[in-house]
Amino acid sequence: MAEIRYTKDHEYIRVEGDEGVVGISDYAQKQLGDVVFAEPPPVGRKLNAGEAAAVVESVKAASDVFAPVSGEVVAVNSEVESSPGIINEDALGRGWLFRIKLANRDDLSALMDEAAYADYLKTLD
Amino acid sequence: MGADALFKTPLHALHAGLGAHMAPFAGYDMPINYPAGVLAEHLHTRKEAGLFDVSHMGQAEIAGPDHATLAAFLETLCPADILNLAPGRQRYTQFLNERGGIIDDLMVARPPRADGALRLVVNAARKAVDLALLAERLPAAMRLTPLADAALIALQGPRAAETLARLAPSEGIETMPFMSAKPARIADLEIFISRSGYTGEDGYEVSLPAAQAETFARLILSQPGVAPIGLGARDSLRLEAGLCLYGHDLDETTDPIEAALTWSIQKRRRVAGGFPGAGRIAHALANGPARLRVGIRPDGRAPAREGTDIVAPEGAKIGVVTSGGFGPSVGAPVAMGYVERSHADIGTTVNLVVRGKRLPARIVPPPFYPHHYYRG
Repeated sequence: MAEIRYTKDHEYIRVEGDEGVVGISDYAQKQLGDVVFAEPPPVGRKLNAGEAAAVVESVKAASDVFAPVSGEVVAVNSEVESSPGIINEDALGRGWLFRIKLANRDDLSALMDEAAYADYLKTLD
Repeated sequence: MGADALFKTPLHALHAGLGAHMAPFAGYDMPINYPAGVLAEHLHTRKEAGLFDVSHMGQAEIAGPDHATLAAFLETLCPADILNLAPGRQRYTQFLNERGGIIDDLMVARPPRADGALRLVVNAARKAVDLALLAERLPAAMRLTPLADAALIALQGPRAAETLARLAPSEGIETMPFMSAKPARIADLEIFISRSGYTGEDGYEVSLPAAQAETFARLILSQPGVAPIGLGARDSLRLEAGLCLYGHDLDETTDPIEAALTWSIQKRRRVAGGFPGAGRIAHALANGPARLRVGIRPDGRAPAREGTDIVAPEGAKIGVVTSGGFGPSVGAPVAMGYVERSHADIGTTVNLVVRGKRLPARIVPPPFYPHHYYRG
């Protein structure tokens, strides 16, 4: 069973071995509204945890997606570039943004698990 | 500013009941979108009909001894031909400062049979400035009445006319031409209606007493094909229609010529002048403005937002985006901005600097989506 972790900025990372699939949470896609543009980072880019990695834009505004962990981008979801609306339809599934090879598994300990994230959402209006 | 400090429109409770996402806009707590979302609301307005609460906008009446005297006064503030504004007609114009800069843009309506009465609709964020300007300049023989207790509700889209005609079959609402205005009676409510709007679609703006606004709005919303539309879609609709938003595409440093609003200055005024900044505007008319508001279509899918630098292919900055985003009906990003006149020709290739990257785009004529006004 893959484990999923969340950031306070509402990115998720689903860990699969020494790699993770990154996207925005269901809460984030709801807050953003209809996504009309998504730009994952290029494959091969090395990211530091917390660095702006991707962009998602709704009709109204643009939002940065920050790297939840440090590592190298090993794959991107080209489907979100052509059909960004899938982020609204299935943020945790087909709406993933990129795949990262973890530089340091310890990065995960700074992130929230499913239950902690659910509690965190309750603290937001 | 806390939510308590915000003004509320007469439809505030209705918005809450409809599940609107509310946010501050020009000092008012306004609906940004309803549960359907900006995209669906935008597309619904183009296909069916959308109801917009625009009660935050400023409404006022000015009265004078006769139309010619009243028009002569208003023409000292704005460059439109108000003298020849026929009864029952409405015109778009701008209040100008001494440099020809735009203090606000507004609608001026002359009610049918009116000889010495005009109705104004101004921007919410500028109404205090506008009313102060009018009050300061108003001759003693004239009277300014802010309609602070009036709501303003827009109904826009291809089904707007049939909707109002169904409720008021004998009022001739369906046959009103674009930019006409008159009092009317709909379902026992006394309203003042103009065939105009801010979406590029056919439609109406309805002014009525605040106390009756919710009754009217609920009646319209109960009609087939009508949905409530928030300010989010109002912005994307007006952007696709190539219409300016004050504070973004227009401000006190832009004049109507560079803003590509020359059409709103009728010939008599261009020749005779007599409005603030007339000298600078005559110069811009004769020699062309140094910069021009243009439509911009990015080649790719990335929207270019307000404030995005526009650069020439060789790299020099030539302008800035003043409104930009995704056009749901165009299905692509669209933007407006000011560029140096040498780069303003239709078809010119420019670059937009988005997140440090230069993205190619072309200068195009607005609107991005065709207008559907009813010309009779």
